[in-house]
Amino acid sequence: MSLTRQDVEKIAHLARLSITEQEMPVYVTSLSSIVNFVDELSRVQTDNVEPMAHPLDGQHQRLRADVVSESDHHEKYQANAPAVQAGLYVVPRVIE
Amino acid sequence: MLHTLSIGELGKSLKSGQISSVELTRHFLSRIERLNPALNALTTLTAEQALAQAAAADARIAAGVQGPLLGIPLIHKDIFCTDGVRTSCGSRMLDNFIAPYDATVVARLKAAGAVMLGKANMDEFAMGSSNETSFYGPVRNPWDTAKVPGGSSGGSAAATAARLAPFATGTDTGGSIRQPAALTGVTGLKPTYGRVSRYGMIAFASSLDQAGVFAHSAADAALVLQVMAGFDPKDSTSVDTPVPDYPAALDGALDGLKIGLLREFFEGLEARNSALIHDALKIYRSLGATTVEVSLPHLPLSVPTYYVVAPAECSSNLSRFDGVRFGHRCENPADLMDLYKRSRGEGFGAEVKRRIMTGTYVLSAGYFDAYYLKAQKVRRLITDDFRAAFAQVDLLIGPTTPTPAFAIGAKIDDPVTMYLNDIYTIGANLAGLPGVSLPCGFVEGLPMGLQLIGPHFSEAKLLNAAHRFQESTDWHRRAPRGYD
Repeated sequence: MSLTRQDVEKIAHLARLSITEQEMPVYVTSLSSIVNFVDELSRVQTDNVEPMAHPLDGQHQRLRADVVSESDHHEKYQANAPAVQAGLYVVPRVIE
Repeated sequence: MLHTLSIGELGKSLKSGQISSVELTRHFLSRIERLNPALNALTTLTAEQALAQAAAADARIAAGVQGPLLGIPLIHKDIFCTDGVRTSCGSRMLDNFIAPYDATVVARLKAAGAVMLGKANMDEFAMGSSNETSFYGPVRNPWDTAKVPGGSSGGSAAATAARLAPFATGTDTGGSIRQPAALTGVTGLKPTYGRVSRYGMIAFASSLDQAGVFAHSAADAALVLQVMAGFDPKDSTSVDTPVPDYPAALDGALDGLKIGLLREFFEGLEARNSALIHDALKIYRSLGATTVEVSLPHLPLSVPTYYVVAPAECSSNLSRFDGVRFGHRCENPADLMDLYKRSRGEGFGAEVKRRIMTGTYVLSAGYFDAYYLKAQKVRRLITDDFRAAFAQVDLLIGPTTPTPAFAIGAKIDDPVTMYLNDIYTIGANLAGLPGVSLPCGFVEGLPMGLQLIGPHFSEAKLLNAAHRFQESTDWHRRAPRGYD
């Protein structure tokens, strides 16, 4: 099953990845070969098999008491931000 | 020589005052300075902090504090957040990222008094089997610097094999501890999923990732696992089950141990590689174990299953890298979409982009059932096969890799050929099982590893079986020429 260039452009858009003109044919080829490779799974009999999202059975998402356990470290955490103003992350205008 | 001693022997010397942690740390720092340029095993060196941590360890030792890792140097795979120290994950995306906190693994080893020498190079975002995808350049195998050390924890493996540190941390999602351990002739342990905290460990595939250790022996690995393992409330997938005494279990007799030979692992394996495993089985039989052939019929589907599940999970996990709050941001973004696309397009390397796109595809509308849901069902079939096998045997044995280390550049252009390197290791990740790779011989002068896989939370038994093998062999004591 081969992917087309349009398929890859659509996937790249969904994944928010910019792919250059030179890179595009390489990705079309390699993604097609990967999809071909995993297509083997379609031939496996899986009727009545439960999908497995987690490797250990019987694990549930733990809950904890609704009490404050952390303190404000936003300056430390924002030290890595590309652009910050008044404790807010600065990005290009979103709403016209 | 200080770099050929075990963690136990180093601990004794430190306790008796024969050497200090500062001297020991200086010894390894000078080895790194001299030997690392040929290997490129480290991304960040933390020499000053290391000496400060060593001095603090010496003070604690002088005050009578005891601990098997107190004053012992280590290297952390650059996937673990280390407070105040760059954590790059081998990627341009995080080249400028200074972690604002310690991962639980880092915090526990620090509290035990281990001394961090630096961060190990790795395949970008843990995606790779050769350490060739790192933004910081490939890592070289100390046994032959034209060869790969394996991946993704290639830096940790190479550094351990080159005796740049007595031990190193790694992570294993599809084999990224066990495979490089095999290719570099060291012992590499991947614990059961949920045994070691993933808090602060940059996520690749959340249902597969697990932190583990590289060391020169099962005995050393047991000392490190003892500190790393255990419930962590900050990791929602951490399992709250007691941690046994791993060092105490090392010397147990192997009488009556039933070892299963995985038939599917031996099909198609070259004779000289399978010969090494059969030699190992002779040793196990002489120690009282019995061996029987078992079949895991769905195991050959491990690789395609993994290459649906892992990319799907990675596409979700790596969506946090958006140029907004941390990491690489492109210059002069025209609008928000441009910010996202170019920051990510520039920040990520080719293999990472390939896996994100594979994951996006298999999760997308119209394909989710055919690929992702299907893969999750096959994952259950593979896991059930392992469960059935462990009803008959205590441990499974097989090779860790199909071949010894290959040349740098030999496989990087064909993703599927590269993916098949993980053929023996991936099953354990899908089923959440613990596995250990130990050196078992050489092929053409390059190390090969044997792999033991056990049921969930059987690390004590695995390390016991590994240790008893290492008492009867000396493969794990061999060091590459120039690093011995």
